[in-house]
Amino acid sequence: MTDLTSITLAEALDGLEKKQFSSAEITGAFLDAIAKANPHLNAYVLVTEERARAQAKASDARRAAGKAGPLEGAPLGIKDLFCTEGVRSTACSAILGEFTPTYESTVTANLFRDGAIMLGKLNMDEFAMGSSNETSHFGPVVSPWRRGNEDAKLTPGGSSGGSAAAVSADLCLGATATDTGGSIRQPAAFTGTVGVKPTYGRCSRWGIVAFASSLDQAGPIAKTVEDAAMLLHSMAGHDPKDSTSLPNPLPDFRAATRRSIKGMKIGVPEEYRVDGMPAEIEALWRQGIEWAKAAGCEIVPISLKHTKYALPTYYIVAPAEASSNLARYDGMRYGARASGRDLVGVYEQTRAKGFGAEVQRRILIGTYVLSAGYYDAYYLRAQKVRQRIAEDFRQAFAKVDAILTPATPSAAFALGEKGDDPVAMYLNDIFTVTANLAGLPALALPAALDKQGLPLGLQVIGKALDEESVFAVSAELERAAQFRAKAAKWWL
Amino acid sequence: MSIDEKTVRKVAKLARLALPEERVAPMARELNGIMAWIEQLNEVDVDGVEPMTSAVEGLSLPMREDVVTDGGDPERVLKNAPKAEDGFFVVPKVVE
Repeated sequence: MTDLTSITLAEALDGLEKKQFSSAEITGAFLDAIAKANPHLNAYVLVTEERARAQAKASDARRAAGKAGPLEGAPLGIKDLFCTEGVRSTACSAILGEFTPTYESTVTANLFRDGAIMLGKLNMDEFAMGSSNETSHFGPVVSPWRRGNEDAKLTPGGSSGGSAAAVSADLCLGATATDTGGSIRQPAAFTGTVGVKPTYGRCSRWGIVAFASSLDQAGPIAKTVEDAAMLLHSMAGHDPKDSTSLPNPLPDFRAATRRSIKGMKIGVPEEYRVDGMPAEIEALWRQGIEWAKAAGCEIVPISLKHTKYALPTYYIVAPAEASSNLARYDGMRYGARASGRDLVGVYEQTRAKGFGAEVQRRILIGTYVLSAGYYDAYYLRAQKVRQRIAEDFRQAFAKVDAILTPATPSAAFALGEKGDDPVAMYLNDIFTVTANLAGLPALALPAALDKQGLPLGLQVIGKALDEESVFAVSAELERAAQFRAKAAKWWL
Repeated sequence: MSIDEKTVRKVAKLARLALPEERVAPMARELNGIMAWIEQLNEVDVDGVEPMTSAVEGLSLPMREDVVTDGGDPERVLKNAPKAEDGFFVVPKVVE
C-alpha cells in the first residue's frame, strides 16, 4: 500500500469511499508520522491522539451506515487559534495558560459536522502576530524545507506556520488557518502548499481567538487547489453568532476548480513590482502571466496606486483592534493570574508576564494610536487610507475578473534572520495585506522552486464573494505549473 | 511625532502592562522605529474620503430579538477561572 500520509484530501476521500483503507488506518498513519516528525518540526503544540482514534472509529461506523459526510474520515490539523471543546486552546500565548474551552468554534464544528477528524492543535505566532512563527510561546516551527544541502533551520512563515509545515510535511491532509495580513498565504507560499483567505465574512469568526476583528478570516491550507476548495466549503457558511458573517449562499467551490478560464481578464498591478524584489520572483510572476495567456486569458495592466501604504495602514488598524480585543486578558476569568500589590497591579503583572514581546509592542502601538489627541492623526487617517486601497480594487475589478501577483517578496528565510527589526519582518506581508484591508478573497499556490530549492508562490486575488474565479484561475495555474516538489523527510 | 519615555510609561499604564524601567528606553526606540515608518501615511490625500469602518460593502449589522439564547450554566462559565467559589469568580479586593 502507498504511504497514506502523502496522498491528497481528494484521493483520501476517494480511497475511504472505495474501502481501500479506513479512517482508523489513515488516522493511525498520520499519528505515527507526527510522532516521528514533531520533535524536529514542532508543528503541533498538542496531539489529540485518543480523541482522533475515537473520532476515526465513529467516522468508519458512520460510513458503514451510509451516512458519510463530505469530509468523512479525513484527518486534519487545527490551528491553536480555534477554540475546541475540551481541548486546550491557547493561541500559543502564555496568558491563556491551560485554557480549555467549554464550546466549539463554528469553523471546527462545521468540519466535524462534515466528518473530519482532528489530529491536534497546530503551532502559530502568539495571537497570530508574526510572519515567522517565532513569537509562539511554544517555540518556533521548523520548516520541513531546507536550502539545498544546508541544515540551517528555516521558517515555515507565519502566523499559520504550524498549519503550513504540517500540510507540507504530510502530518495531516489539510489544516485550518487564519489570515489577518497574510498569515495563511505567506506560510503556504513558503512551504509549497495552497492557502486560501476567503472574502471577509465567509467563515464565522465565532470561537476563533480575536486578533484584529475587521481583518481576521479563517481559511484552509491544503496540498492542492481542489483540496482547499473542499475544505473551505465545509468551513464557510452563515453563522448568526458572528454579526459580520455573510448570509450569502455558498457556491460549489470544488466545481469552480474545473471551470475554463478562457476569455477571463487577469489584472497585473504595476505597483507590485517593488524595489529589491529578487529576479526569481519577477521571473515567476512573468511565468504565471504566460500560463494565464496560454489558457486563453487576456492580461490587463492595472494600477493599485495606494499599495505602498497598505502595510503602514495595517500597522495602525491591526494593533488598534488588537489592543481592544486583548484588553480581555486580565487574569480574572481564565488564563494564568499573576500576583500584584492591588487590583491594577494584578492586571499589569498578569499581562506583562503573559504576553510576549511582539504582542506587548502591538498593544502599546494600538493603545497609543487610539489615545486622546492621536486618534484623528493615526486611526481615522488609516481608516481613510484603507478606503483608498479598497477603491483601487473596486476600480481595477471594473476592468478585470481576477488579479495575479507574487505571494511573497522572497522565499523562506532562516529562523532568527529577521529578529532585530520589526519593520523588516512586517514587509513579508507586502503583497498579501491589501486583500485583508479590502476584504477580498485571495489564494496562494506553489508555482516554482528557487535556485536554493525553496518553494515560491503566486497569488490570485478576486472580487468580494467571487472565490469561484479565484479557484478557477488558481487551478489552471496549478495544472500549468506542475509543481510536484516535496521537502525531503530529513527527520526520519 | 516622536514617542518619549514619558509617553511610553503613560501608554503602558493605559494598556495595563507593567513595563520594567530598563525596558522603557528600548521600547521607546522600537515604537519610534515603527511609528516613523507609519508616518508616510501623511503623504496620502484623504480629503473628503469616508473612513472605512466595515470590510464588507452594503452589509448592515443584523438585529435579533432581545431574548436569552444561551446561558444558565455557571459551571461551564467558571471552568477556566483562576479562582472560583460558590458559583462566582473570586477577584482581588476592589473596594476597601
